[in-house]
Order: sequence, then C-alpha cells, then structure tokens
Amino acid sequence: MKVLYFAWVRQKVGTAEEDVAPPPEVRDVAGLVRWLAGRGPGHAAAFADPRQVRAAVNQEFATPDAPVRPGDEVAFFPPVTGG
Amino acid sequence: MRATPRVLVQEAAFDLAAETARLQQGRTDVGGLASFLGVCRGDGGLSAMVLEHYPGMTERALARIAEEACARWPLTGCTVIHRHGRLVPGDPIVLVLTASAHRTAALESCAFLIDWLKTKAPFWKREEFAGREARWVEAKSEDDEAAARWSR
Repeated sequence: MKVLYFAWVRQKVGTAEEDVAPPPEVRDVAGLVRWLAGRGPGHAAAFADPRQVRAAVNQEFATPDAPVRPGDEVAFFPPVTGG
Repeated sequence: MRATPRVLVQEAAFDLAAETARLQQGRTDVGGLASFLGVCRGDGGLSAMVLEHYPGMTERALARIAEEACARWPLTGCTVIHRHGRLVPGDPIVLVLTASAHRTAALESCAFLIDWLKTKAPFWKREEFAGREARWVEAKSEDDEAAARWSR
C-alpha cells in the first residue's frame, strides 16, 4: 500500500511517501491512521488529532470508514486551502 | 452539446487575454464571458506563498468540478487554471473563465467554480514572511459555507 503525505502532515511525518504493509485487521482509513500513528514519533505527531487530518483513497476524498486494501494509494493531508 | 472544460495545473503564469480569446475563437454563439482571477495578497508582511498540491488527484478533482459546471449551466466553454509553486504578492494564482450565450449562466457558473474549487481541490497554501516563521494557511468555515450554497 502506498501512503502519501501533504503539507504539515508531510512535515510532521518527515516523508512525502512510503510503502507500507499493514496487518490484515487494518481495513479502513481510521484503522490505518491508528496503525500509522504507532510507527514513530513523527507519525504520532501528525495523527495526534485525527479530526485535523483529511484522507483520500485512490485519489478520491475518503471518510474514516472508507475501506483500504493492499495496492491502494492512500493520502493524508490537512483541509484544503486552494483558490 | 455539453462544452469540454479546459483544466490546467501549472507553475507558469497564465494569460487572461489569450484564454478569453480561446473561448471565443471560431464561434459566434458566445454572448458573455465571466472571469475570476485570484491573486496573491501581501497581508501582514507576507513575502511569498508556496502552493503544494497532489499531482494526479488535483487534475481529476478540477476536471470533475468543471464538468459539474458544464452540466448545471448551458456553457459554450469553461477554463480553470490553477498555479502551484512559489508566488509573490501580486502574482495571479487561479483563473476561472466561463462563456455562455447569456450573462446569468456565465456569472453563476464562475462563482460556483471558485467556491467549489476552494473546498474540493487538493491544494495547500504555506505563507512565508520576512523574519518570521512560515505557516500553513488554515481552512476557513466561510469557504465551506460558500461551497454549501451550491449543493443540491
């Protein structure tokens, strides 16, 4: 599974992209957030308040209950501020 | 026939006059064009704004928003250009341009596009200041409210 980070989420995690293999019990975005938060202090800081972080699965905005599967591209980022 | 939107995500500047001419080229059914040009402000001693985006998803999200505008209003053409990278005060950031036979469709769809783009396209702004720490711009609830008025 490819995980991408943007904006301050990327800065806190310390990388823009990583390949991960979460255990099979990680089935949705919320589960992936909990699992990623345990990977290190940077990840923990980025996901300290999950309400501040938005997600996309395969380049579509996704809610915490959206399913994630091996091979997916999952991205985490703050609320968008374009325009 | 529904218009095909022109959507670009680029670092380079864009040319409003050239983009306007492009929507009129070879046709006589355009009665009005509306444009929104977003510009980098220099509030509070801002020296530069850096726009980050999600390559791939950004283009898809903008295309979907533009297609939604073409489905809701009888447009003859529609252009959305959003820049990324480092911009300084006065630099243009985003262009929304709509063309239709009549003004209402052009004006309304232009407002719709910029309202939706602000809340549905994956861009993030980071502000840099002389002698102060840079900061990420926070999303505004007014932008969510502006986008919500077009939901149906």
